[in-house]
Amino acid sequence: MTPLDPPNPPLTRKDFTSDQEVRWCPGCGDYAILAAVQRMLPELGVRRENTVFVSGIGCSSRFPYYMNTYGFHTIHGRAPAVATGLKLANPQLDVWLVTGDGDGLSIGGNHLIHVLRRNLNLQIILFNNRIYGLTKGQYSPTSLLGKRSPSSPMGSVDNPIAPAAFALGCGARFVARGVDTDAKNLINTLKRAHEFQGTGFVEVFQNCPVFNDGAFDHFTAKDVAAQQQLHLEHGKPMRFGDDKGLRLRPGSLDIEVVTVGENGVTEADLLVHDETNRSQAFLLANLDPPTFPVAVGVLFRSDENLVPFEVGMHEQNKQARARGLGDINALMRKGHTWKVDADPSADPAG
Amino acid sequence: MDTFASTNSTTQRELIESVVIRFAGDSGDGMQLTGSQFSDTTALMGNDLSTLPDFPAEIRAPAGTTFGVSGFQVHFAAHDIMTPGDAPDVLVAMNPAALKVNLRDLKPGGLLVVNTGAFTAGNLKKAGYDKNPLEDSSLDGYRLLKIDITKHTLQSVESFGLGNKEAVRAKNMWTLGLMMWMFGRERDSTAEWLRGKFAKSPNIAEANIAALNAGHVYGETAEMPQGIHAYEVPRARLQEGHYRNVTGNEATAWGLLTGGKLAGLELVLGSYPITPASTILHYLSNLRAYGITTFQAEDEIAAVCAAIGASYAGSLGITTTSGPGLALKTEAIGLAVSTELPLVVVDVQRGGPSTGLPTKTEQSDLLFAVYGRNGDCPLVVLAASTPGDCFTMAVEAVRLATKYMTPVILLTDGFLANSAEPWKIPDINSFEPFPVKQRTDPAGFHPFLRDPQTLARNWAVPGTPGLEHRIGGLEKNYDSGNISYDPDNHHKMVKVRAAKVAGVADDIPLQKIDQGEDSGDLLVVGWGSTFGAISSAVLGARKAGLKVSHAHIRYMHPMPKNLGEVLKRFKHVLVPEMNNGMLVKILRSDYLVDARGLNKIAGQPFKIAEIEAEIRGLLASS
Repeated sequence: MTPLDPPNPPLTRKDFTSDQEVRWCPGCGDYAILAAVQRMLPELGVRRENTVFVSGIGCSSRFPYYMNTYGFHTIHGRAPAVATGLKLANPQLDVWLVTGDGDGLSIGGNHLIHVLRRNLNLQIILFNNRIYGLTKGQYSPTSLLGKRSPSSPMGSVDNPIAPAAFALGCGARFVARGVDTDAKNLINTLKRAHEFQGTGFVEVFQNCPVFNDGAFDHFTAKDVAAQQQLHLEHGKPMRFGDDKGLRLRPGSLDIEVVTVGENGVTEADLLVHDETNRSQAFLLANLDPPTFPVAVGVLFRSDENLVPFEVGMHEQNKQARARGLGDINALMRKGHTWKVDADPSADPAG
Repeated sequence: MDTFASTNSTTQRELIESVVIRFAGDSGDGMQLTGSQFSDTTALMGNDLSTLPDFPAEIRAPAGTTFGVSGFQVHFAAHDIMTPGDAPDVLVAMNPAALKVNLRDLKPGGLLVVNTGAFTAGNLKKAGYDKNPLEDSSLDGYRLLKIDITKHTLQSVESFGLGNKEAVRAKNMWTLGLMMWMFGRERDSTAEWLRGKFAKSPNIAEANIAALNAGHVYGETAEMPQGIHAYEVPRARLQEGHYRNVTGNEATAWGLLTGGKLAGLELVLGSYPITPASTILHYLSNLRAYGITTFQAEDEIAAVCAAIGASYAGSLGITTTSGPGLALKTEAIGLAVSTELPLVVVDVQRGGPSTGLPTKTEQSDLLFAVYGRNGDCPLVVLAASTPGDCFTMAVEAVRLATKYMTPVILLTDGFLANSAEPWKIPDINSFEPFPVKQRTDPAGFHPFLRDPQTLARNWAVPGTPGLEHRIGGLEKNYDSGNISYDPDNHHKMVKVRAAKVAGVADDIPLQKIDQGEDSGDLLVVGWGSTFGAISSAVLGARKAGLKVSHAHIRYMHPMPKNLGEVLKRFKHVLVPEMNNGMLVKILRSDYLVDARGLNKIAGQPFKIAEIEAEIRGLLASS
């Protein structure tokens, strides 16, 4: 696949902004993600006509309407399947899939499994606000145990799923996390997802100010973010806060938090982030406050170069058509056929 | 058997006009192969034919049981035939269970060939026989040919050194050889087929050919009981042309490819395995050289959604399924209606509701196809009436889907899917191409701009500069395509979507009378795979002097413009259907005619006699 030339003159954020009025609630984290994406696309040098946003149903899935690109607001949970068809029909398209915790992990969980394992060359942004917003506040598959909502007035007893761990379990080859309000890191992470040849899965912690306000404050609020977030960088030791770090507890596969400079711990004892290590990524995906920081950035990037599904399919198409498109008339006349002559007494021929 | 007056003295074969043979055995006995080989040879020899495979849903049910019995019926003749035959003239029963299940269908005095080698105490017990029916008088009403086929087969393949299991397995070929002797069929094409099938194990191929030849030799040399001899069925006078045998699923696959070529579009098939539609997926997966990409999706919903995504991207999306799959796809089909994207959905109907009868045929998805979606959600519904017609209607589905930017559901059924008939192979160059024009001009563009004639919206494909737009399942403004919750606009959009689909009626053939006068006492109206049975029944009734005609509907929604007027020219309307009354309901509600239903919901096609009896009864009582 030859990438298209970047547009000339270069596009701006405004070029990617549609004329439709944005209809999310005031203060919704979705605004920040939309702004980040609209700022990022010109920097990627992509063309509007080649870019398609595909979404399912839910607050986040209104996203395509606000992008001045091609867009398809599909049905609940099915965006990965629609996007698969798009890529099969035209692998050159640059497809962004926008979904949420309900759309992607509940009603559409099955499709998310399969798009991830097939490694289609597209990007998935999963807006995780741990709540059903558009249907007015029911608990979602990422809501924490005990969550009180209109459908769980006594508190949810529904054990939540960790999206990044789910994606890794599905065989995803690029798994990352970002925070809605941290535009700089979010943009960098989305760019990395775009650069990846295969499915780039990015979970974004997104605040729903109406039905689940502050769900992530314990690690995203300005005063605690530095202490509670681990910003992953490939090849760098896992440090966070003023002097904290992560290491493997000696003799185990468990991670523990240590303080550099205490009890003889030095930076050399800390885990060094290796993006290509899936086992390490699993450990990172399951770290939760208050014991652990939340790992953000690129948790995993496979270096195995699995051919994306649609590319493999088109390679096979090419192979099948090596001698040109088939002749349907000839196809239907293959095998056992016979001719009947106009004269009914003539012999049939095989 | 319909017999001619004379016998042919040179070959000592009795000339007969037509015969119905049913091969029946365990599902592991290879009866489907036996039947289809017999049919292929029969077609090559110039007879008209029709087949009815009938197999259990279980792949290998416990051997010897009645629920594991697999059958293959073939009807062939020296004249035009349209059904697999009401009742077999010849029943080949490879074991007691096959006898038990099939005997009730054999014509009185019919020929019964049994493999005595399988009539062991154990097999008799499994089939529910207290005593061996071959040894009492219970089969006296039939001409019984008892042969230890197992023993003869083992002898015939002895020199090939096969294991016992492999050797016994060749008994279907021995039986086929015997039947080929009996009905004067050539063995060459079966031998050739065996060599191809067992190319990697030539020894097995040759052993099977030896068994085939041995069965034939047995017929030539063994002394047959009184009344059993060889027959000749002369060639039928088919219309001039190049022929092959075709099943409905093959014809559907080729029709879709042809439609894609005529439209000038790449096809993308999204499908999920389901009986009896899976073979369409298999055929097309092997035909990617012909302009199709095939995708086995994770489920039925993903299959149709991928097809919709492909259509948005400018290919034609297709999905193939059967009833339960269609149920799962309904929401997505609604999305295609709302976004006005072309989509072809093939529903190979089977017995329902729910899982129902997966391997048996039925016509019970008609109301579901026409009406079964949330909201006012009209689309085009077509129905194929013969295996070969699946080709024509698949082409038509592609034409209408792309011209009107609408989903089209093509209804076939399990009977059409698996049954074979000689088919005059069409020349695809004789079809009028219908090239699709996708929009490229940004001037004045919005995604729901409509062609004033067809009301189809313009098709703008990602990758086209200047046409960037968003579509989705929310209601759209008529004038801009943007989201709109405006009450009057919604009313207008529902009406325009309905008018677009209704307008297809101007683009399809008028309803013709398939047989008989265009007015009279009774019009028998059918749709789908009942064509052959109705046609033959009406022919019979007409020969008896009854004023009966036959009209077969292929455009189920919208229906041909003249249909109401056609119906009203007859005193009575009878609607035979393999369901509990669906087309009859539509005709009564749409045309206010007092149409009556004849319903068979047995998982089996109508017999000619069943329809003919109803015709006679109805006219006698009126």
